[in-house]
Amino acid sequence: MADLNINVGKLKLKNPVMTASGTFGYGHEYSDFMDISRIGGIIVKGTTLRDRQGNQYPRMAETPSGMLNAVGLQNKGVEYFVKNIYPTLKDIDTNFIVNVSGSTIEDYVETAQMLNDLDHIPGIELNISCPNVKEGGMAFGTSCLSAAQVVRAVRMVYKNDLMVKLSPNVTDISEIALAVEAEGADSVSLINTVLGMAINAERRKPVLSTVTGGLSGPAVKPIALRMVWQVAKTVKIPVIGLGGIMNATDAIEFLLAGASAIQIGTANFIDPTVCEKVIDGINEYLDRHNYQSVSQIIGALEV
Amino acid sequence: MKKFMLDLVVKKNLTLNNQYSLLILTSQDKLPEMLPGQFVEVRVDNSPNTFLRRPISINYVDYKLNELWLLVQIVGEGTRKMCELNIGETLNLLLPLGNSFSLPEIKTSKLLLIGGGVGIAPLLFMGSYLKERGYKCSFLLGGRSADNLLQLSDFERYGEVFTTTEDGSHGEAGFVTQHSVLKLSNFDLIYTCGPTPMMKAVASYAQNNNIECEVSLENTMACGIGTCLCCVTDSVDGHVCVCTEGPVFNIKKLKWQI
Repeated sequence: MADLNINVGKLKLKNPVMTASGTFGYGHEYSDFMDISRIGGIIVKGTTLRDRQGNQYPRMAETPSGMLNAVGLQNKGVEYFVKNIYPTLKDIDTNFIVNVSGSTIEDYVETAQMLNDLDHIPGIELNISCPNVKEGGMAFGTSCLSAAQVVRAVRMVYKNDLMVKLSPNVTDISEIALAVEAEGADSVSLINTVLGMAINAERRKPVLSTVTGGLSGPAVKPIALRMVWQVAKTVKIPVIGLGGIMNATDAIEFLLAGASAIQIGTANFIDPTVCEKVIDGINEYLDRHNYQSVSQIIGALEV
Repeated sequence: MKKFMLDLVVKKNLTLNNQYSLLILTSQDKLPEMLPGQFVEVRVDNSPNTFLRRPISINYVDYKLNELWLLVQIVGEGTRKMCELNIGETLNLLLPLGNSFSLPEIKTSKLLLIGGGVGIAPLLFMGSYLKERGYKCSFLLGGRSADNLLQLSDFERYGEVFTTTEDGSHGEAGFVTQHSVLKLSNFDLIYTCGPTPMMKAVASYAQNNNIECEVSLENTMACGIGTCLCCVTDSVDGHVCVCTEGPVFNIKKLKWQI
């Protein structure tokens, strides 16, 4: 049994497997299927300052080896989270990290402030890359200037681990990563979904109510892997890799490319026990290759 | 209710016609308890086009024979592959998912179960469930033609069956909402599942005649357990997931323009 513990920024994870925001609810949805406390970190659904109803149905289209979603950050707001959800999470032995989104910098700051004092929330993931909202979201994450502004403002008020989730819908993701590193981000997670669309030819209509949506699943994995490799070479802070991870081999590829931890997203929809399979699979790989610790394979790609 | 991920074995795969198959699944272990109205999420592997699970209504559960019945209509690659499964092959399912039809408070309530197309599937299970508990119900099943009316002899075990077809090849000609039984009897509660225009017409009839009505929705979904938030419907409580708050809704909860 290899040592799977890994520190990522200020987070101390029992293994490098986390769940991606918006794919694992608040964790309890999966507890019939697996012991969720085995997971290194659970990133809960995108949370905003105020209640959001999200986009109109239809919000989802299945595509070859993937899916498009256009949920639009449906959630009950940070106050509801603090009052009603947090008490149900705080005694579960894993790291609950809240994904935070907003339409303005003030929204992000106020939301982060409300989460700052929760003892059992060791960090937030700043979502500057949601492709499915009209204002904010991805708009912040597609220019170095605005990405830096929002990270700087949140860093001033938020003392715990600050992970920043990056958008792949940019020309040079490394530039954005450098910009948020310079403002004090503890780590970067990438990639969020890739902007795409689906058409129903018979009806001559878009499938999604929003026309465009975010593509996830194995279809985006090669893009994610390339971006993780590029960013890991560029920044000094840890990188958390995600995008189409379906099994332990996929996860190991991201670690080899330079990710210190990984997130599993869409795969949770297909196999609600995938997280524990990935944890066990990483352990099996480390044993088979005679590694004592998972940290030995991070960035171990031989180019 | 506790949810499970199970590998079930194909015991029978009966081709009902060129559009529908009845898949009868079993297991070495005792099947968990399921309720009428609930659904399963079926994994269909080995194609990039069947990436997500397929939500399928529970058609019937035979606890004595340890059988789970799924009525499958071929609508795409996933359902076609399900209809082509051979006896002895396994299928991975999440179950039981979603809520269920509610039981009427009064034993003597006059109950009508209205189904169209593959939407008849959960009504068979509901019919058997009602009969076991001493309720009496009738079925009103509609289709384009006689070919689309399925499992009629199964339904007849649990109550009187009325039918409509658009071409008049079976039962009364027309839509379910035009059937004479609606004028002749005073129903207290209607359960319905089928194409959305049919369910809206039934809901409108129920509302106009002051009849309680529950509809079973089948929005496209990914997870089936309330985490992807893709299958929402507009309700009096805002956007709610069909997979967890439904699939069964009282029409008073929905914001349907009827």
